[in-house]
Amino acid sequence: MTDTVNGLAFGVLSLMCVGGAIGMLFTKNIVHAAFWLLEVSIATAGLFFLLNADYVALVQLLVYAVAVAVLMVFSIMITLRRLEDAIRPRDFSAIAAALGVLFGAVIVFALRGYAKPAGQRLPAVAPDVAAFGKLLFAANGWALPFEIASLILVVALVGAVWWTKEDDD
Amino acid sequence: MRVGLDAFLMLAAVLFALGLYGAVSKKATVQLLMSLELMALAININLVAMSRFITPRSMDGLFFAVFTMVISAAEVGLGLALVLAIYRRSRQSEVSELHELKG
Repeated sequence: MTDTVNGLAFGVLSLMCVGGAIGMLFTKNIVHAAFWLLEVSIATAGLFFLLNADYVALVQLLVYAVAVAVLMVFSIMITLRRLEDAIRPRDFSAIAAALGVLFGAVIVFALRGYAKPAGQRLPAVAPDVAAFGKLLFAANGWALPFEIASLILVVALVGAVWWTKEDDD
Repeated sequence: MRVGLDAFLMLAAVLFALGLYGAVSKKATVQLLMSLELMALAININLVAMSRFITPRSMDGLFFAVFTMVISAAEVGLGLALVLAIYRRSRQSEVSELHELKG
């Protein structure tokens, strides 16, 4: 166990994240944007592996890189049927860019003084999947939030089906 | 080369700012949802990194990250269902065209 995260792997993955996000925002074709989002999701899963969060990384791959990407491509297929609908004019918005830059600047400025004592060294104890599962299903741990989360997911998906069903009128 | 918690937080801030730009500027609803996903990814990076560096034994951030993923999966499912419902009613799904309720 090294005392810090591999800088080279972090650099490559963060470049993939930021580059993919920029590609997603500034490509003209919405289908390409969906694939850029897929690339960002995979790079993020790589970052989670780098942080020894294997379980979260695998869930990330399953949920974002497979399920969400398929959903995105399907809804592009249904709502933007013709090729000329999927090709967007370049819509740069100066106000939105100013908002994004302002937000990023505030956060980066706030972070400059933070995370100096605790965050420089990687703790030797790495999270492992077995302990994660035990805590997730422990009655005095995360079992109740887990059940509530599954209820929310069921309600949301049933609601999604109900929204998209054919109207009777 | 040493990479600490602050590098992860910086990366997440950049990703979140990019997602914020997209969420404010995009006119296609599907692209709007993609930008929201980008912001959710940035938040998850924050949670997992904080968990690994600050609470590696109790793994609080990992649990938060899993629950965030549940919420954003529900959000994407409902959002895309909404896009399809809007498309079925009005044959388009542009945000700028949705001004029926505008006063």
